[in-house]
Amino acid sequence: MTNIVVLVKQVPDTYSERKLSESDHTLDRESADAVIDEINERSVEEALKIKEAGEGEVTVLCVGPDRATDAIRKALSMGADKAIHVSDESLHGSDMLATAKVLAAAIGKVEGVDLVIAGNEASDGRGGAVPAMLAELLGLPQLTHVRQLTVEGGSVKADRETEEGITHLEANLPAIVSVTEKINEPRYPSFKGIMAAKKKPVETLTVADLGVDSGEVGLGNAWSTVLEASPKPPRTAGERVEDDGDGGTKVAEYLVAQKLI
Amino acid sequence: MPADRLLPTTEAEDLLALTRELAREELAPLAAEYEEAERFPREQFRLLGKSGLLGLPYPERWGGGDVPYEVYLQVLEEIASAWMSVGVGLSVHTMSCFALAHHGTEAQRERWLPAMLGGDLLGAYALSESHAGSDAAALSTRARREGDAYLVTGAKAWITHGGQADFYTTMVRTSDDGGTGISCLLVDRDTPGLSAAPPERKMGLTASTTTQLLFDNARVDADRLLGEEGAGLRIALESLNSGRLGIAACSVGLAQAALDEAVAYAKQRTQFGSPIIEFQGVEFLLADMAAAVESARATYLEAARRRDRGLPFQRQASIAKLVATDAAMKVTTDAVQVLGGAGYTRDFPVERYMREAKVPQIFEGTNQIQRLVIARALRTA
Repeated sequence: MTNIVVLVKQVPDTYSERKLSESDHTLDRESADAVIDEINERSVEEALKIKEAGEGEVTVLCVGPDRATDAIRKALSMGADKAIHVSDESLHGSDMLATAKVLAAAIGKVEGVDLVIAGNEASDGRGGAVPAMLAELLGLPQLTHVRQLTVEGGSVKADRETEEGITHLEANLPAIVSVTEKINEPRYPSFKGIMAAKKKPVETLTVADLGVDSGEVGLGNAWSTVLEASPKPPRTAGERVEDDGDGGTKVAEYLVAQKLI
Repeated sequence: MPADRLLPTTEAEDLLALTRELAREELAPLAAEYEEAERFPREQFRLLGKSGLLGLPYPERWGGGDVPYEVYLQVLEEIASAWMSVGVGLSVHTMSCFALAHHGTEAQRERWLPAMLGGDLLGAYALSESHAGSDAAALSTRARREGDAYLVTGAKAWITHGGQADFYTTMVRTSDDGGTGISCLLVDRDTPGLSAAPPERKMGLTASTTTQLLFDNARVDADRLLGEEGAGLRIALESLNSGRLGIAACSVGLAQAALDEAVAYAKQRTQFGSPIIEFQGVEFLLADMAAAVESARATYLEAARRRDRGLPFQRQASIAKLVATDAAMKVTTDAVQVLGGAGYTRDFPVERYMREAKVPQIFEGTNQIQRLVIARALRTA
């Protein structure tokens, strides 16, 4: 039996316009539709595949405001068994380190965890460091940027893919894994899954419930501060090249001028 | 802009979110290509089935979703908004299950309904004939009882999913007593003597196959009779009352798609130095389109809520079908106007939407028949 915790984050829908709030430069959650991060659908899918191949239990863990219950329900409707939702106003504006501490404490609430599966990076913050921080805090091996994963007995094998190439990793369980977009194609929930999700247990915890010091979390205690933020400038019109039979040459000349070739 | 919906439960919200995801990821990207190639989207129906969308308004005990019409119709609207042929197909499939679900015996329902609602099978509804359209009671496909079977001979017309469906809820003549001589048979696709004619060459909904259905001494087991002999026309019309709500919802979805396309175009198309949405002539056209879409939606939802409460809804269903399909015709035509020359080309979807909006004014009771139903209700009130 593999006991798996999947980390799930609710993020602004990448289809909508995403903004930072003007007052404190944190994410403006009201400005966009909130959805489960797509990479986390893949994390859930991978956990479900491991569970379905043998035996196991999948617990969804989410740190986020009250409305993150929507993201949790999506993971449960895909087939996860239960969920922990850490929701606390003092967490607003927490940096990655504080988030990792809270996640580590919450993982500690799940008995006998074999495997933690996360996405390699969230589509909003794009820090990509939380899985590694978690491994450090929990003293567990980390297998990050994984595009293929196998659990066999007490160990896990993974193909880690980065720009440097593919590395074959193996570690004893328990371990922390982060997956990339290549790991799988997530399933859609079914209406039956949606109805079943309604009855699955969701435990809601505060920072105090986890025994984390509130002086270590939140915007005021973050290790970095955003001083200024401005929207990306609109794309400029670009340069139009008419092809009078010498289009190829003109394109090449342009690329040379830009020192691209 | 996605429709702003008031839904009764969190599960309904999640169901609509799932529907929008399926529509956005799996249906919308294929619609133009399949319509152009007149390719039937069988796999996409299977995906909807796997997701539990092919049995939504039927009881859970037979594998349905047990959702109210108020919710089912909004699912349908979202699907039709992404791809009208699939929306109409889902509506027809749902209607084709009505006779068995509401008029079958317990044994018949247990035997066939779970598979029909389960997602793998697709249904069709066969009432019309070439000479029996609005005058459905004139149908002449004959079913002659022989031992424990009916031998069926004749031709049904305008069958959505003809040759594609796994079962056909078919109205046949079992006696010469006009409207009371019609019976309803649940016909399996593999029935010997049953075949589909080549597909009709249609103006729109070209990915949805429409054929004549030919019965040549086709042998249908007598235990496939749904309801009593002679009850067929009543069952057929009752099915259509609910089916019309489905067509109303699909038409609202189509109109919403046209409106969204027109608004997006009007925001980025510049003339005289301004986006054309800033010209009153265009923005008022768009405002009227939005008003038509939202009032049509409210009209079908009102009828659906009456149905969900077990109240009579026939008049409201006819009003919804009339209002929503006329709205879709007008809104899609105006969308072509907003896009101008671009709208008249096949590089943009609005000319297709306009072609697709025509047939909802015709099928499942022409809009003239809807007026007849509404007027009759006024006369007898």
